[in-house]
Amino acid sequence: MSEIKILLNNEERIVEVQPYETLLEVLREKLGVISPKCGCDRGDCGACNVLLNGRSVRSCLILAVEVDGQEIITVEGISKDGLSKVQESMIDNNSFQCGFCAPGVIISATELLNNNPHPTREDIKEALSGNLCRCTGYLPILEAVENATKE
Amino acid sequence: MSILHDFEYYKPADIKSAVELLDKFGNKAKILAGGTDLVVQMKENIVTPDAVIDIKAIDKLNEISLDDETLFIGACVTFTELMESEIIQKYFPLIKDMSATVASMGIRNRATLVGNICSAVPSADSAPILLVYDAEVVIKSKSGERIIPIEQWFAGPKKTVRKDNELVTGVAIHLIKENHAGCYEKLGRYSGEDLAQAGICVLVFEDQIYHVAFCAVGPVPKRAEITEKFLNGKEITPEVIKQAKKLLLEEISPISDIRSSKEYRIHMMDVMFDRGMKKALNKLRGGTHV
Repeated sequence: MSEIKILLNNEERIVEVQPYETLLEVLREKLGVISPKCGCDRGDCGACNVLLNGRSVRSCLILAVEVDGQEIITVEGISKDGLSKVQESMIDNNSFQCGFCAPGVIISATELLNNNPHPTREDIKEALSGNLCRCTGYLPILEAVENATKE
Repeated sequence: MSILHDFEYYKPADIKSAVELLDKFGNKAKILAGGTDLVVQMKENIVTPDAVIDIKAIDKLNEISLDDETLFIGACVTFTELMESEIIQKYFPLIKDMSATVASMGIRNRATLVGNICSAVPSADSAPILLVYDAEVVIKSKSGERIIPIEQWFAGPKKTVRKDNELVTGVAIHLIKENHAGCYEKLGRYSGEDLAQAGICVLVFEDQIYHVAFCAVGPVPKRAEITEKFLNGKEITPEVIKQAKKLLLEEISPISDIRSSKEYRIHMMDVMFDRGMKKALNKLRGGTHV
C-alpha cells in the first residue's frame, strides 16, 4: 500500500493504493468518480478516458501509483459549473443512445477543442477515432463537436 | 480485468538508480514508460514481474534533443510529444508522419517510440523509420553504455537483444546532410486502434541511394537489402520499379493472421512500395526536405 496525492477535478485527494490497482479502478471504486467506464479494459475503446495533465489517456492502462502528484480531470470536473459547450451540443444533437461511451468521447472532444478551437471535420474524426460507440454510427457525435465550434 | 498479482513499484529519479534496480531484479523486473503494452500484458498474466520500474521521473529520458548533429529521443518521449516537437518537425518530419499513424490520440499521449521498439512486435510502426535512418539504440547498464545499430536490435517477434539488466535510455539518429526525402506507407484496417497489417518506409537520396525498410511482413522489421542494392545508382523508371518489386517480395515473409492474409499482405506490399517510392521521389523533386 502506498499513499498518493492527486488533484482530481480541482480537489486535492489523498488515497491509499496498491501498486497493481489501475487508475480506473481507484477512480471508480475508491474515489467515487464513476464517469470513466470500463469497456474493453485494454486501451482500444476509449470509454475510460480521463484528462491527465490536460491530455486524454486511458485510465485502464495506467497504474494509480504512476499519477502521484498529477492532475486528473473527468467529466465530473468538466461539468462542475454546468455543462460545457460540447456537452450541450451533444444533447442538442442526440449524440448518444446508451451513453456508455459518452464520458470518453467528451474527454477526447474536450482535449481536441482545448488545443484546436476550430478543428476540421478530419481533425474531429482523428481525435475521436479512439472512441468506440456501438449505438450511434458516430455521425451525431461528429456533428455535435462540429456544431460546438460554430457557436 | 484487474492485475492479479502483486509487485513492487519503483520510480527512480536517475539512470544510476534505475540500472541498479535492474541489476538486482534481472528478468523479474519490467520497465514501465507509457504502459500501453505492459499493463495489458500484466492484466492478461503474460508477464508477472516482481518489480515494475517506472522510468518517467528520470529527466534525461523525457528529452528530445539535437546535439552535435545527432537527434536523441529519450525512452519516455511519447508519440504526441514527437508530433509536437519543433526539432522533429524541422529535421525529421517522417517521424511526425509515422507517429500520427500510431493507434489513437489517447494512446499516442502515453505510448512511447522506445517502448514500441522494446515491445518489438513485428508490426512496430517506429521500426521502419528508425531502420531507414540507421538509428542507434542507446543502452545503459551497471557496466556502462552500449550502442546497438537498430538493424541488429530485433531478435525475433517480441524479442530484442536487450539483456535483462539493461535500460534503453533512448534512440539516436545522425542528421543527414544530403538532400533526401522519405515516405512511410501503412496498411491498417481503420484509424483509431490500429496495428499495421503491412508497413514500408522508403528514403531516397539525391545521388540515387535508396533505403527501404518494412514491418509486419516478416518476423522482425528489416531493411530490404537486396532491393536496395539493386536500386542504388539507378534512375527510377517503371521498369526498375517492376524489377525491384520482384526482389522486395522475395525479401518479405508475411504470415496469415487475424489482421490479414499472407496473400493480401504480399499484394499490398507491391502496391505500397510503388506508392511510397513515387511519393518520396515527388517530395525530393519538389525540393522539400523529406
